[in-house]
Amino acid sequence: MKAVEVRELVKDYGSLRAINGISFEVNEGEIFGLIGPNGAGKTTALRVVATLLQITSGSVTVFGYELPKEAGEVRKIISYLPEEAGAYKNLRGNEYLNFIAKFFGEGEKSQDIVQRGLEISNLGERINDKVDTYSKGMTRRLLVGRALMVNPRLAILDEPTSGLDVVNAQEVRRIINSSVEAGVAVLLSSHNMLEVELLCHRIALIDDGKIVASGTAAELKNEYDARNIEEAFVKAIK
Amino acid sequence: MLGNIIKKEFKELFTISTLLPIVVVALVFGFVGQMVGNVGERIEDKPVIGIADMDGGDFSDIAMSVLIEKAEVIYDGSDAEEGLKEVREENGVALLVIPENFSQNIYANHPGEIEIYWIMRGAGMLDSISSGVAEGLIQSVNQEISKKLIQQDNLLDPALILASTTRSETTFFKGKEVVGLSPSQLSNMLISQSVVMPVVVMMLIIMAGVAVISSMGLEKENKTLETLLTLPVRRSHIVIGKVVGSALVGMLMAAVYMIGFLYYMRSFQISDINLADFGLTLGVQDYLLVGISLFAALLAGLSLCIVLGTFAKNYRSAQALIFPITALAMISSFTIMFKDFDTIPAVLKVLLFAIPFSHPMMAVRALMLDNYLLVIGGIAYAVVFTAIMIAVAVRIFNSDRLLTGSVRKRAARGKLVWGFRR
Repeated sequence: MKAVEVRELVKDYGSLRAINGISFEVNEGEIFGLIGPNGAGKTTALRVVATLLQITSGSVTVFGYELPKEAGEVRKIISYLPEEAGAYKNLRGNEYLNFIAKFFGEGEKSQDIVQRGLEISNLGERINDKVDTYSKGMTRRLLVGRALMVNPRLAILDEPTSGLDVVNAQEVRRIINSSVEAGVAVLLSSHNMLEVELLCHRIALIDDGKIVASGTAAELKNEYDARNIEEAFVKAIK
Repeated sequence: MLGNIIKKEFKELFTISTLLPIVVVALVFGFVGQMVGNVGERIEDKPVIGIADMDGGDFSDIAMSVLIEKAEVIYDGSDAEEGLKEVREENGVALLVIPENFSQNIYANHPGEIEIYWIMRGAGMLDSISSGVAEGLIQSVNQEISKKLIQQDNLLDPALILASTTRSETTFFKGKEVVGLSPSQLSNMLISQSVVMPVVVMMLIIMAGVAVISSMGLEKENKTLETLLTLPVRRSHIVIGKVVGSALVGMLMAAVYMIGFLYYMRSFQISDINLADFGLTLGVQDYLLVGISLFAALLAGLSLCIVLGTFAKNYRSAQALIFPITALAMISSFTIMFKDFDTIPAVLKVLLFAIPFSHPMMAVRALMLDNYLLVIGGIAYAVVFTAIMIAVAVRIFNSDRLLTGSVRKRAARGKLVWGFRR
């Protein structure tokens, strides 16, 4: 079964068309990357799949559940990490994980989820400190831990390493990779072409609400006779 | 250079969002002022009274001539019951009864007693103005009788000249007969109910409202709301959880605030008279109703705040959205502080009833006077209002509007589109 199937998706904001008929699929155990410039429609596409936005036309299914009709079922199997998101500042790191875990299970199950979150975020003793004392990197690790601890079938990650230093970005990429090894499908967006090339099994290049090219990094480089994805992207949008 | 900086600061601060609240608050005060009436005019107005003279002596004649000159006398006879009926029907302030032997007592060097039956219609600060003016009449009667006594060449008791009359007062207030108190004394005793609840509820609604709207702005800014909306939880549970959670914090704030403010108000209480001695007291069930009324109003106010908060783009923009709540809380608070619900014009009555925070402000006074209908009606209204606001909020939570933000105008095309981030 496909993790995500998007067919001819159109999303309008009033008179402005943010997504103009895009189609793509994400397979189970695959990292699929949407890359493109600011305002290309990456976040909108992710928000639609994450059940946050309505669909103007087209269809979106997640593990066979149709959106928006079965949004409730979809929410049980996805995890969404918005770009530059924060956590509740007055909660401690472990309290935040506990708060989220309770939506996915009670008692022992909830404790198991929290335990996974503690391991993924790997914040040591600092997990007992309030979130507003965390650095940007620590907050992001906490949030990645939060997103992946619930064992989602699909993780939707918007710019997962945005604003992080090299060490923290590498740590977040390692966490994402290990989740995929455990069977999670990942749909992510990024500006960072190098990161996408390193991380994603398949990539879609998106510009002005349309997918201009898609395939594996090697296929795209080959198609556009480019040395890297960045170059392929520039050639694709010309 | 300096001018450039001043110009920039002025442009930054002098915006529609800073100007609008001030203009609207000014308009609100003007509107409420017009509605509650002109205090100056009411002080100059002759009080409407009835007089029942059962004495017919020299001094009662003096009293009658002073009263007829300085008041609008709607009953002038000798039947107290009939006089009282007339005063009630004609919206009069009081019936003054000059009993038999009034003049005879004064001649015998004893103060003459005047019986005053006050009709008190409201316990707001401005409601006792007319009775205050009427009290002045008695002073005038006293003066004129003193003059007469001095003119007479008798051996007089100086105490009698200074206080030639005494009063025995009974105040009829919304079905209660309060013996021994004038409306101004009663109003003074009820000041804690007139001021404490409106101020506490106003502060509470504003503080809790700011907290809720700011939290919505912060949730949007931090994108914690986006995370919450993708969790397997009903939108209605998110909204209800936010409203009830904040209302519980609000109740705790109310308890702390009320204790402090009650101590503060006690310092203004002039008399040691106990309201309970006059049947003006609250039972356990009344306190329970006040608590329920306050909680229901908080729920209503905070659910309105959630709806307003959905329009906040971030923490900063959320601050401007608190303004409608502040304005509504101020209208209710100031109106109820100065006027009784029963004595305000019908338009203001409808407006006050429609503002859900008004009800706990009026609840204590209403329950003291056994007006359960107003309190229970207010609670029912607040519950319905809350349900409607929650339904509206859930609808917004289910739409794109929550994330896409406010409407903005595209200058180029002149069309309205939703502000958003792709």
